[in-house]
Amino acid sequence: MLLIQNVKLVDALGERGPVDVLIGEGRILSLNGGKAETVMDGRGLYLVPGFVDLHAHLREPGQEVKEELSTGLLAAVRGGYTDIVSMPNTTPPVDTPEAVRALRKKAQALGLARLHPAAALTQGQEGKTLTEIGLLQEAKAALLTDDGHTNEDAGILAAGLLQASAFGLPVAVHAEDASLRRGGVMNDGPLADLLGLPGNPPEAEAARIARDLEVLRYALRRSPKRPHLHIQHLSTRRGLELLREAKRAGLPVTAEATPHHLTLTQESLRSFDPLFKVAPPLRTPEDVEALIEGLLDGTLDAIATDHAPHTQAEKEMDLLRAPFGIPSLEVAFPLLYTELHLKRGFPLRRLVELFTDGPRRILGHKPLHLEEGAEASLVLLDPRERPVDPKAFASKARFSPWAGWVLGGWPVLTLVEGRVVHQALE
Amino acid sequence: MRHLLDFQGWTRPEVENLLDTARVMAEVLERPVKKVPALQGFTVATVFFEPSTRTRISFELAARRMSADVVSFAAQASSLQKGESYKDTLLTLEAMGIDAYIIRADSAGVPHQATRWVKGVVVNGGDGRRAHPTQALLDAYTLLEALGTLEGKKIAIVGDILHSRVARSNVELLPLLGAEVWVAGPPTLLPQTLPGARLTPHLEEALAEADAVMVLRLQKERMEAGLIHLQDYIAHYQVTEERLRKAKPNAPLLHPGPMNRDIELEGTLADSERSLVNRQVRNGQAVRMAVLYHLLVGKER
Repeated sequence: MLLIQNVKLVDALGERGPVDVLIGEGRILSLNGGKAETVMDGRGLYLVPGFVDLHAHLREPGQEVKEELSTGLLAAVRGGYTDIVSMPNTTPPVDTPEAVRALRKKAQALGLARLHPAAALTQGQEGKTLTEIGLLQEAKAALLTDDGHTNEDAGILAAGLLQASAFGLPVAVHAEDASLRRGGVMNDGPLADLLGLPGNPPEAEAARIARDLEVLRYALRRSPKRPHLHIQHLSTRRGLELLREAKRAGLPVTAEATPHHLTLTQESLRSFDPLFKVAPPLRTPEDVEALIEGLLDGTLDAIATDHAPHTQAEKEMDLLRAPFGIPSLEVAFPLLYTELHLKRGFPLRRLVELFTDGPRRILGHKPLHLEEGAEASLVLLDPRERPVDPKAFASKARFSPWAGWVLGGWPVLTLVEGRVVHQALE
Repeated sequence: MRHLLDFQGWTRPEVENLLDTARVMAEVLERPVKKVPALQGFTVATVFFEPSTRTRISFELAARRMSADVVSFAAQASSLQKGESYKDTLLTLEAMGIDAYIIRADSAGVPHQATRWVKGVVVNGGDGRRAHPTQALLDAYTLLEALGTLEGKKIAIVGDILHSRVARSNVELLPLLGAEVWVAGPPTLLPQTLPGARLTPHLEEALAEADAVMVLRLQKERMEAGLIHLQDYIAHYQVTEERLRKAKPNAPLLHPGPMNRDIELEGTLADSERSLVNRQVRNGQAVRMAVLYHLLVGKER
């Protein structure tokens, strides 16, 4: 039994407390205190439901030099995540029920965050032949996605949406028209022209979202069950407008935004530092404002990290050759707590919802609220500020565009079904 | 100046000072013994991650004519693909005591990155589409020789502007010296904006009353990428005698080389008296001597 005294509660329902939370048997037993072997002082801290990440690259199998389950899932619990969806673009890709089961089994043995592997939509992520979607669902794949491979064939995407709808699985897409993007490594526009870097135009995202929404309309018309299209890491104002219109029209579409697209802009590329090379690229301040607006008005459903670890040497290559991606599991919440909530007054309740119930709904999981009887997958947050120190990351990728940024809202205790998986209380 | 990466943040007096030094160096090159001891004891490395013979020889001769020791590193693109990083290469050279690095790469920003890794000074020898500052300096020097001043002069740059580091550096540098720069090319090969330049898809507009014309090389890759049809380019953008009549009489012609004769430029023009191509090459050495001198010895910037 664990008792956390005088702690404030925040979940999708709002802020309340302070209360004394009694935890035992993997559940919240009481919000009115009680007897416990372990008592913690929660004064000044927030208790929130465990975070869920829809989009993390844990690199296992095949690229363990960048990350592996043990380091990725430890990074996750240190970031307050109790549930992680891993992307299937591993070597080989996760495109069979056996691969999904193997990952889940290995993650369970680690006893850190719970792993929900995403599986490829097409065999080998090649965009040609659908995977065994029904069997993948039975193996408990969380969703289907070809991720960085951008589903050039609209017919295959349509078939995937139809087939997945029968098994209640979302299909997640990296919405980017590869032929319009060409070799772009940063946001296309005057700055890319000035820096002499090949541009990836915002229209490449919008064009693909527009197409994918039409594919979704087709699938919706053809399927007796509602298909579910999920748009990954939305990054542009125009993409957001298209999504907003589609939601107004009642299309079954959801979308996520990442911590980096919410806190960084293309200006970072002036340093020519590949640390800031991501796909889709960092955009303009106007795009960032549009995304924050989209988080507030519900157009965007979740914040997902797109945690993309690489080796230090890879990220010290030149901008044309360095890989895309930023590691962020350990800083995502403090970053947005500080930059959105503290600095801009973004409501804390909504921010927590975007890390918890938002992604849960997309995965078809029940909401998790802080009430008696609820599952004790919880995070305790400390609002006190300290600088980001990538050298202390559990992730193998020990670099960060936010190194040195002073942030509050750090997870100091993470529980999965009542089990302590991370503790950093002073 | 600490490094020469591009001309962002440069002032006119700084450029003029550098070009004054280049004039002194040009005199050295006229002497029977073309060598001075200015850089004795310094070691200069040419680090070419992208192949280029002309620029590398020009830099190496410039360093040697000032008595510097010179080492040369040429990477194969293939070894880079195998994971050998630019950083490791530079750190290896750094351990050997290099004072100045002349870096050429196909990716924009590599010289900028290098300044974070090495203590020596860095000269951008051309990086991707970003910049080729010594080319722009030698172009400016050559234009000043021909025109006397750049104040109020209209300079037209013609061709594939989007992918051209030469164009970008000239567009940064020439306006600093008072020139009005126009760039012209097919819309698929023009950037959206280029601060310091007027953009046009019409060659004639750029050439009208131009005091000098700079012609860029049209890369085969652009045609292979389907960005432009060769015959369409020749029909509308080749600089010909007839089109040059729109420019000022005897307006000089520049080209950074190597030239595709009868593609971007009418072959007979390349050999005409208007062509300053050989002057450019010669002035390149003097300008590069001045740059190395200022970076390693001078404290003017």
